[in-house]
Amino acid sequence: MQTVTQRLANPTQFMDLSGRILPWLVGAAAAIIGYGLYLSFFVAPPDYQQGETVRIMYIHVPSAWLAMAAYTLIAISAFGLLVFRHPLADVSAKAAAPIGAAFTFIALVTGSLWGRPTWGTYWVWDARLTSVLILFFLYLGLIALRSSIEDETLAAKLTAILALVGIVMLPVIKFSVEWGNTLHQPASVLRLGGSTIDPSILKPLLVMALGFTVLFVALHVKAMRNEILRRRVKALQMAEVARAQAGQLAAAAE
Amino acid sequence: MLVKRDLRLAVRQGGALGTALGFYMIVVTLLPLGIGADLKLLSRIAPGVLWIALLLSALLSLPRVFASDYEDGSLDILATGALPLELVAAAKALAHWISTGVPLALLAPVLGILLNLEIGAYPVLVATMLIGTPAVSFIGAVGAALTLKAHRGGLLIALLVLPLYVPTLVFGMAAIGALLGPGGVTSPFLILTAISLFAVILGPIAAAAALRLQMQ
Repeated sequence: MQTVTQRLANPTQFMDLSGRILPWLVGAAAAIIGYGLYLSFFVAPPDYQQGETVRIMYIHVPSAWLAMAAYTLIAISAFGLLVFRHPLADVSAKAAAPIGAAFTFIALVTGSLWGRPTWGTYWVWDARLTSVLILFFLYLGLIALRSSIEDETLAAKLTAILALVGIVMLPVIKFSVEWGNTLHQPASVLRLGGSTIDPSILKPLLVMALGFTVLFVALHVKAMRNEILRRRVKALQMAEVARAQAGQLAAAAE
Repeated sequence: MLVKRDLRLAVRQGGALGTALGFYMIVVTLLPLGIGADLKLLSRIAPGVLWIALLLSALLSLPRVFASDYEDGSLDILATGALPLELVAAAKALAHWISTGVPLALLAPVLGILLNLEIGAYPVLVATMLIGTPAVSFIGAVGAALTLKAHRGGLLIALLVLPLYVPTLVFGMAAIGALLGPGGVTSPFLILTAISLFAVILGPIAAAAALRLQMQ
């Protein structure tokens, strides 16, 4: 009996399966985010201190979660590539990097816009802000390293090493920037002793988080499909070139 | 052996060390011109300026850590030799530290004079730099190994490696502050030491993995 990851290792089966579930994913993402937006704009009450600006949270927090989740996914894919040589691991890592970078950017921008009315400044050198900014630079490093090496298999493996170095360093970086004081509130949704957030705010937040996650999965699957198709087109072009060269050689020989 | 050979090359080829030291001096010289020559302000920010300029200067010579041996083929010989590639990478990083990290750290007090840094801070500054710069060289070696075949490798190293220098910088600064403060707290200094040791062990492993992929 094959495991799911083993079965997905065949790109054709992956294309087949992902082609069938992608429309459902897109539909689900649109529906859940639509419902979540409705909840966050019309149902959730304004905060008694922050007023309407608290609604930024419904975009900001899910983006920040995904910024970290996407990097974790890249690191797992990198591990899968280097250790198990899973054929789709690199496709997954490559597809996740720009999406993760985009969510990190959204988290930074919305956080900055939220900080202005709440903390009175767009940016502070607070521990969490700094570590998310550095996470963004790590994403840029992954994308830049991959794009600057011509040999694609080599680029894939070197980027995987960088991703693993990054995931080892991230806790150290986070620990080091937390050395100073922090303005940011500590984790308040997932923690021992229950959530400290009121249910009226928690529900839209969780719906939005689920919607963003499904959106991420949909984008990721779509990007993986594109990458597989791009590789196939490239392989076909290479075969075409090889055949044309063989033909020219044969013609020259006659 | 290998460390000795690399050091001899670094000294006889010249250039690299001189460039790094010159760069270090010019950055520190430009700073007061940019922000104004307020001596009190300068002496307050001097340790941070010296640390950041040191990181940038050390970056300059990183691309050459593996590249010159890769180009003339000696890296291939080293890779097929008896020595594990991890130790080769460690030796190269060590040579980079001795030829770049140590001279930069020793130059720092001279530049400290220009920035009106208190005399009492010099031993602490140099000590944190000597303890912190191994991390700079060994993490940098990973970046150098990863970008061996990349286009624009030199620019890329900065983007890959500088985010990874954050802990070294933060704890280097924290150690200076804590040691000079009341009571002479040593815990940030110990954490800085831990970061360096961590880099010395893990850096060569990652660098060797990257080199091995490119030698095939």
